[in-house]
Amino acid sequence: MDDDNKAGSSKARRAPLTENPNDAISRKLQALYSSLEQEAIPDRFLDLLEKLDEVEQASGAGTGEVSPNTRR
Amino acid sequence: METSDGPTTPQRQNDFKREMLSLLPGLRAFAMSLCGRHDKADDLVQETIMKAWAKQTSYQPDTNMKAWLFTILRNEFYSQMRKRGREVSDADGILTEKLSTHPSQYGALDLQDFRKALDTLPDDQREAIILVGASGFAYEEAAEICGCATGTIKSRVSRARSRLQEILSVNGDGDFGPDAGTAAVVSKIFAA
Repeated sequence: MDDDNKAGSSKARRAPLTENPNDAISRKLQALYSSLEQEAIPDRFLDLLEKLDEVEQASGAGTGEVSPNTRR
Repeated sequence: METSDGPTTPQRQNDFKREMLSLLPGLRAFAMSLCGRHDKADDLVQETIMKAWAKQTSYQPDTNMKAWLFTILRNEFYSQMRKRGREVSDADGILTEKLSTHPSQYGALDLQDFRKALDTLPDDQREAIILVGASGFAYEEAAEICGCATGTIKSRVSRARSRLQEILSVNGDGDFGPDAGTAAVVSKIFAA
C-alpha cells in the first residue's frame, strides 16, 4: 500500500522525461483532439440534416426526376 | 444545369448525408481547435453543413469528403474572422469556458496546459499541426485544405512543434516557475 502511494507521488510522474519531446507533443495533441471527437454530436445537427433532407425531397420531385441521360 | 454525373438522386443524397454524419465528430473537433469555444465551434459546424449541403452537386462522390468539409469549415472560419475583425477577445473566452464547463473532458491538468499552449500559437501554425498531427491528413491534403504549398505546411508544423516544446518545457516543470521568480528578486536585491 505504501508502495502504491509512492508510485503515485509527483516524483513518479517524471518518468516521461525519457520520452522524445516530439512524441509527447503528438501524444497530447491526439489525446486532446480525441477527447473533443468523443463528445456527443448535438441534436441540432441531426435535426438540421433531417430538415435539409426533407426540404430537398419535397422540392426534389421537379428537378431530379427527368434525366435525359439515362432515358432512352 | 446537367452535369455529367447527373442529378442528385435520393440514393446518392442518402450516402452524402450518411457520410457527412460520420465525419461530424472530427469536423467539430477541428472547429473547436480553431476557435476554442463550443458555441462558436457549433455555429461554424452548422454553417459548414448548410454550405456543404448547398454545394453537394459539385461534390464528386469518389473524392475525399473529409478534406472537402474541412476546407469549407476553414474558409468559413476565416471569412467570419475577417468580417468581425479580431475584436473577439478569444483568449478570455477560451479561459472562461474552460473554467465553467466540464473541465473533466479535457482530462488531466496536463492536457489543459497543452491546450493553453496550443492556443498561443499563430492560427496558421495551429491549424497545420492539428490537421497533420490530429485530424489525420497527409501534408499534401493539409496543404490543399489551407490553400498553400506542401512545404509551407511542413514548416508551419515544425515551427508549431518547436514552439510547443518551448512553452511546455518551461511551464511543464513546476520547479522552474518559483525559482525563476526568486532568482529575479534575488538579483534585484543584489543590484540595489
